[in-house]
Amino acid sequence: MTHALFLPHARLDDLIRQVQSAGYRVIGPKLEAGVIHYAELNVAAELPWGWQAEQTPGRYRLHRSQQTLAFAWAAPAQGLKPWFFAPVEPLWRLRRTPDGFGLEPCLPDAKPIAVLGARACDLAAVARQDRILEHDPHYQARRQDALFIALHCTHPAASCFCTSAGTGPRASRFDLGLTELDTGFVLEVGSPRGGKLIEPLALAGATADQIQAAQTAVAAAAAQQTRRLPAGDLAGRLAACIDHPRWDAVAQRCLACGNCTQACPTCFCHARRETASADGQSAEHSRHWDSCFGELHGHLAGFQVRPQTAQRYRQWLTHKLGNWWAQFGASGCVGCGRCLTWCPAGIDLTEEVAAVLGEAPCGR
Amino acid sequence: MKPRLGVYKFTSCDGCQLALLNQGADLLALLDRVELVHFPEAGPSAPEAAVDLALIEGSISTPEEAERIRGIRARAGHLVALGACATAGGIQALRNATEAGSAWRAALYPQPEFIATAERSLPVSALVPVDLELFGCPVDGRQLMAALNTVLAGGRYRPSGDSVCGECKQAGHACVLVSRGEPCLGPVTRAGCGALCPGQGRGCYGCFGPSAQANLASLKAVFAGLGLSDAEIGRRFAFITAEAFRALEQKHG
Ligand code: SF4
Ligand code: SF4
Ligand code: SF4
Repeated sequence: MTHALFLPHARLDDLIRQVQSAGYRVIGPKLEAGVIHYAELNVAAELPWGWQAEQTPGRYRLHRSQQTLAFAWAAPAQGLKPWFFAPVEPLWRLRRTPDGFGLEPCLPDAKPIAVLGARACDLAAVARQDRILEHDPHYQARRQDALFIALHCTHPAASCFCTSAGTGPRASRFDLGLTELDTGFVLEVGSPRGGKLIEPLALAGATADQIQAAQTAVAAAAAQQTRRLPAGDLAGRLAACIDHPRWDAVAQRCLACGNCTQACPTCFCHARRETASADGQSAEHSRHWDSCFGELHGHLAGFQVRPQTAQRYRQWLTHKLGNWWAQFGASGCVGCGRCLTWCPAGIDLTEEVAAVLGEAPCGR
Repeated sequence: MKPRLGVYKFTSCDGCQLALLNQGADLLALLDRVELVHFPEAGPSAPEAAVDLALIEGSISTPEEAERIRGIRARAGHLVALGACATAGGIQALRNATEAGSAWRAALYPQPEFIATAERSLPVSALVPVDLELFGCPVDGRQLMAALNTVLAGGRYRPSGDSVCGECKQAGHACVLVSRGEPCLGPVTRAGCGALCPGQGRGCYGCFGPSAQANLASLKAVFAGLGLSDAEIGRRFAFITAEAFRALEQKHG
């Protein structure tokens, strides 16, 4: 943590204004409808000051805390996925012309975003989606100029396991990196662009004590996590467990609702549909998030290859933790814990994989 | 020649017909492409005319209606059942779960012998072949237009069998079940409404009927974990699409 600076809480607005005047829409965590999620943000007062989030399998609750910190909670309800890979978006339109039809592209035309308080898990997920959607013009149009002000995590939830996923709690790639202390942030510059942004703020250097406190807080956040994933490529080990009775057992509880895949920041499956216009003169071809728990995902060549929920759960887990490695050179899991928290049935990925592989469940 | 369209009402509240009438500019564009033969709620009435496309609102709940739907089927090209009544028997199908002989009839009407009601309120598909079912109470206007426009373009429309949760997450709603403990039926309910109720901060009440992979036993266990009694859980399912959930339950034992 060389050249760390200190950004007092009271000067967070200066940073936000600086980012806005550089041409970005600022996206940050906000408390809305009873959850903290990433939303457009104008001033620091909109951050969830003094809130903590309880996250356990199938349960999310906010509580007031004693401290008035802005980031004393862990993963927001949804990751950064919807900001770059839109849940639903038109890809092109067809229109009848006198001699056939014309094609109109529908590229998004949005101002670049700057994410204030991006978590390590979410940044790791963005890096994984970057590889998958590298040649996707719609993703790239939103993603290419995005700026990241990371937040090294000091308050993991019970659902978190980024330490064992190797992605956090300290973020590794960012333009600016923040670690929150009682009165402000230790600020690190992670890119020339980030450095230029904060130059006009003329911030003082962080003291050795502040740097030490920041490092201690992040290390404590790592130590606090009790859930874990077995390390590395699990494809071979999972393939050997393809008939494990646990798949049927989990299917008794699994609702096949797909919330896990929709909340997962790396899941990228999507489907497309055509919508004809009422006047019969045009049609829109759009894309929407799909899920391996859904009906059309396994519907290939006229029949359903995964009719049972047990097969769908197995597909989700074995792809994410196993077959992703061969496909993308990494795990599909960054350890954010969202699939546990937002599963209405409270199914815990770490517990299921441990049961299938015959490992002792983690120390809880 | 323009395709001939008929809209027919059975035992229902007219809400699905209103969903069609509420489509504004899209409805006008549709009416340019079809010949509206029968739609008493909007004007034209020709109940005996042959049509290419028949939209059926309502359940079949009297002997007279059973005859009428057979006639319409015989004269129609493509037949579409609209909404919870036409696809699941509707709220009025709650009577299906009561004893035959129907004591409720005597309790409600002074002269029950004049009430010509069938024992059960049935979906259209229980009497005649149906080409397309659109779910919901009422049907979703956008889905209705998308389906009609597809059919008129010569395509085949297939409503999603996935659960409401997918649409809910796509819309960015906070999950009311996980974040507030609301007994939401979204995980077992067919998508199509765009997660209307969770978007208003309340639980889905299942008006689109069961999703393809609905796991009722698991969701009931989740509700029990929230502190709901068996009777309260039963009432969550005994509503607009009660018959569809009941049929599913019987299938899975
Ligand atoms: S699999 Fe679960 S814990 Fe892992 S990245 Fe996806 S949502 Fe997060
Ligand atoms: S694991 Fe949970 S969130 Fe995922 S499909 Fe099953 S019930 Fe839904
Ligand atoms: S609010 Fe209901 S429909 Fe939405 S994700 Fe939660 S359980 Fe599913």
